[in-house]
Amino acid sequence: MSTVGAATAGRAGKEPVAVVGIGQTKHVAARHDVSIAGLVREAAVRALEDAELTWADIDAVVIGKAPDFFEGVMMPELYLADALGAVGKPMLRVHTAGSVGGSTALVAANLIAARVHGTVLTLAFEKQSESNAMWGLSLPVPFQQPLLAGAGGFFAPHVRAYMRRSGAPDTVGSLVAYKDRRNALKNPYAHLHEHDITLEKVQASPMLWDPIRYSETCPSSDGACAMILTDRSGAARSPRPPAWMLGGAMRSEPTLFAGKNFVSPKAGMDCAADVYRQAGIADPRREIDAVEMYVPFSWYEPMWLENLGFADEGEGWKLTESGVTELDGDLPVNMSGGVLSTNPIGASGMIRFAEAALQVRGQAGEHQVDGARRVLGHAYGGGSQFFSMWLVGAQPPTV
Amino acid sequence: MPEVLKAPLVVEFPFTRSLGPVQSAFLTGLRERVVLGVKTADGRTLVPPVEYDPVTAEDIRDLVEVAPTGTVTTWAWNHEPRRGQPLDRPFAWVLVQLDGADTALLHALDAPGPDAVHTGMRVRIRWAGERSGAITDIACFEPYDGAAPEPGGHDGRFEEMVTGIVAPARLDYTYAPGRAQADYINALAERRTVGERCPSCRKVYVPPRGACPTCGVATSEQVEVGPRGTVTTYCIVNIKAKNLDIEVPYVYAHIALDGADLALHGRIGGIPYDQVRMGLRVEPVWSEGGRYPDHYRPTGEPDADYETYKELV
Repeated sequence: MSTVGAATAGRAGKEPVAVVGIGQTKHVAARHDVSIAGLVREAAVRALEDAELTWADIDAVVIGKAPDFFEGVMMPELYLADALGAVGKPMLRVHTAGSVGGSTALVAANLIAARVHGTVLTLAFEKQSESNAMWGLSLPVPFQQPLLAGAGGFFAPHVRAYMRRSGAPDTVGSLVAYKDRRNALKNPYAHLHEHDITLEKVQASPMLWDPIRYSETCPSSDGACAMILTDRSGAARSPRPPAWMLGGAMRSEPTLFAGKNFVSPKAGMDCAADVYRQAGIADPRREIDAVEMYVPFSWYEPMWLENLGFADEGEGWKLTESGVTELDGDLPVNMSGGVLSTNPIGASGMIRFAEAALQVRGQAGEHQVDGARRVLGHAYGGGSQFFSMWLVGAQPPTV
Repeated sequence: MPEVLKAPLVVEFPFTRSLGPVQSAFLTGLRERVVLGVKTADGRTLVPPVEYDPVTAEDIRDLVEVAPTGTVTTWAWNHEPRRGQPLDRPFAWVLVQLDGADTALLHALDAPGPDAVHTGMRVRIRWAGERSGAITDIACFEPYDGAAPEPGGHDGRFEEMVTGIVAPARLDYTYAPGRAQADYINALAERRTVGERCPSCRKVYVPPRGACPTCGVATSEQVEVGPRGTVTTYCIVNIKAKNLDIEVPYVYAHIALDGADLALHGRIGGIPYDQVRMGLRVEPVWSEGGRYPDHYRPTGEPDADYETYKELV
């Protein structure tokens, strides 16, 4: 294991963190052929193969998933140690609801930045087919009026609030869904591959939680995503170009409080500002080439474009409407097809982070953005209360 | 001091498990009265089997049959079996190392009392009469003095493999809403909505939680709000949730009651669902014996101006 030693003692500042291995499962509605252990194993092995490393090269394992209720396995990390080669090594589990895939990667990255470990396997997963997330998110509470129907019912009123505040035309949400589903066709790992998708079909799909239509919601997926993170010396041995973390941050705030801005939560703005400060980004719209953001309901693309500083308040929908966020646009968003096309909840945040890294490594295949040098990965969770983001680049950090 | 409010809360769900190749063979084997272990790289036989070698982390798929007899390696007496446990009378939880295995399996031992159980005692499987491919196909273990039978040479390939099981889970809680929520609930019984004001930021929280999440200080000053309020935003729910008995479509709205600094959530009725709008003025409609307003209906007042409630959206 490479830990703090003579070679690193006395070095000032944080150790730069590199992504040298990425692995995903083919995300689908139900992986009846594998156990939870088999599912995470598949992503981990692919990440190791990408990095050309073995289990013995891994110093620690950091895994994440959404609430235990989503599979009904209490502390699944305990039984996954064998599958992830973690026996005899430190293993941590992170939990921050839907943002967990992002915060899991950041906890792993921080272990390297702090020179606690040299090479860390980080992985996030969900096997939604083993339960029903809508049930898991709507548990009855005594004395309270049962009203809420899953995450869609929670977020739809905030989408309506955004539409009112911004004056965005009703069609913007369908444009996002149509774009993301088409992008997914270029991503072999995406869950939904709707080859016959048209804008008309999106706009004709049933209203579930008006103003959110069926085709503007994310699917329920089984899947896992893994990354191998390493230090400078590990990156130097990497067989393929590494992605470098230029900034990473997490923020949280309560679910509900007087003055909470659900359309553009302060925690999200602060988190982005911290990432940009670390990376020396003054103008994200000009200096960042593409974004993988957590958009479980289509309207969250324009909402997050504003929250993340890519557009002024009330202006985010104009970027979407004018094609800026298309795969060939000036600021592509969710090149992979995004959460709208693939949603193994716990893994969804890490997929954003990993897809950002694939872009700057030039390894995103058909959904590669030419010349992507700096790409943002973003995740949020709970009732818009947990945020995690990282900015990755093709070059090591200079600040 | 009023009686502490509490109520039972049961959370249960029939979770499903996809088994993967190793657990699939193990559970199918139990259905056929065959116990399978898996061989590791260092030559040990693990029962119950796992998919990945705990030492080398490599895949392990080499299934081997072990005997239905074995030795108790440790145990604990269960005086009072609970719902869903293997036996409905007192029994011993035992770890049994089956003959041919290098690790032990957790199960129940049917014994007359703790004096009849000891580490090192010999036991054998008592098979369930009806078996489906589940750990309960082993009804329990029972004391056994005979010789260990030679295990068969089964390789784990069966007709009609079991590939998934249902694993029902149930949690029994006693839920207590706490002082602030209880005051709120008790006031609702008198058809009054009572929030609490933060002593620091002066915001009125409805429902109250007993603390201000922004300032982190306790709240206690009660403030009656409403009964009228303004719809700040809403959605029209067209999808029926499994655990909700509400006819769709219905309007799920955020309602800022007059005097509250936070919107609460409620259903809007007494108006066609497609005529609900932001700014609509509403009042509660109580049902006989209900713990909370059944829904809110329009008051007939002019809509609130957006500027008056935009900070509450």
